[in-house]
Amino acid sequence: MTEQTPDPTAAPADETDAAADTALAPSETPLLPLVVEQRQGMFGVSGSGDTSGYGRLVTPVVMPGETPRPYGGAFDAIADALEAAFVRGGETAYRQAVAGVVVDRGELTFKVRREHLVEVCRHLRDDPDLRFEMCLGVSGIHYPELEGEELHAVYPLLSITHNQRIRVETDCPDADPHLPSVTSVYPANDWHERETWDFFGIIFDGHPALTRIEMPDDWPGHPQRKDYPLGGIPVEYKGATIPPADQRRSYS
Amino acid sequence: MGLEEKLPSGVLLTTVEQVVGITRKSSLWPATFGLACCAIEMMSTGAGRYDLARFGMEVFRASPRQADLMIVAGRVSQKMAPVLRQIYDQMPNPKWVLAMGVCASSGGMFNNYAIVQGVDHIVPVDMYLPGCPPRPEMLLDAILKIHDQIKHEKLGAQRVRLEESLELQALEAVPTSQMPGLLR
Repeated sequence: MTEQTPDPTAAPADETDAAADTALAPSETPLLPLVVEQRQGMFGVSGSGDTSGYGRLVTPVVMPGETPRPYGGAFDAIADALEAAFVRGGETAYRQAVAGVVVDRGELTFKVRREHLVEVCRHLRDDPDLRFEMCLGVSGIHYPELEGEELHAVYPLLSITHNQRIRVETDCPDADPHLPSVTSVYPANDWHERETWDFFGIIFDGHPALTRIEMPDDWPGHPQRKDYPLGGIPVEYKGATIPPADQRRSYS
Repeated sequence: MGLEEKLPSGVLLTTVEQVVGITRKSSLWPATFGLACCAIEMMSTGAGRYDLARFGMEVFRASPRQADLMIVAGRVSQKMAPVLRQIYDQMPNPKWVLAMGVCASSGGMFNNYAIVQGVDHIVPVDMYLPGCPPRPEMLLDAILKIHDQIKHEKLGAQRVRLEESLELQALEAVPTSQMPGLLR
């Protein structure tokens, strides 16, 4: 990655940034750190009394907010190159597509608005300074507490040319669980998107054949969602019956 | 030379049942069918150190049509269940099923929506082998016990009578949860 790359485009980038600021005033608020959930006690069933003392254990689930520049290391160059690619592309402003950049635990994540996901992926793959040739799949996450963005999808990308790894994250509400399919950019994501559809119920628009892949074809529901029951049967022992794991008494 | 020289006048009387039993148990061919970590133990049972060839069982047949023993080695997921049943249906009679490991026997640690809670929901099981995973010695023991079962298998009217009595026993059996145990 060269130092010169962002320089010729720096001025237009600022202009488009300013234009995007005015056009997208409501959604331009920077991503703030967000407490998704406060977990209490140990994992498992809750609300059946504290017997072990672990009930006072409080674990907040926090999403990191947007990271201010400089991001550090090679991350600034990656962000600059992506911004420049958007300027050259000319259709969408960078800030319109990328809602935020998060650097957490030494890893770079682009939070992308779902309408522009394919465009971001195409720039990330095709730009000579980025060259993220490999998409290592798509992971689904279910945050039932986050109103309006319950379902997240995370795409880990790898650049073999530059030996760099980044992550692209996007989200969709549970009421409208649609994301654009990136199979037009990364064809190998075909089965990964089927898996995420199978387990989380995210519908990937434009996928060639979005069918279940892990569960049987006639399976009801999407098992990796937080509200999906674990299932299981009571286990009989001599003189006792143990209920399935999600119906046992909590020990915290 | 061998045993046959010592037979009185070269004649030995036996029953068809016993001859059939001995021949069946001496060339039991398992189907190649591994589902999880138990399959690794099954493979090492077939390999040199434990040497399943000692019992005429070294050929794990690639086609279920040539096999007569199905070793269900591992947990059976709901999606795998119809596949397993099809393999069982493709095996010619007589055939036997060995549920290897606690997952195949009862679901084991996977007491959830994705795993069949015991392969006996899908196919009739002749031998249950506990363990997670069972060591090759345990599998060998289970195989020798199933050999013994095959060797003493009844034929014809006797078999019908035996099956009826087993059915009666099963109907009268006390459920596990009603048995007295250390937990009560």
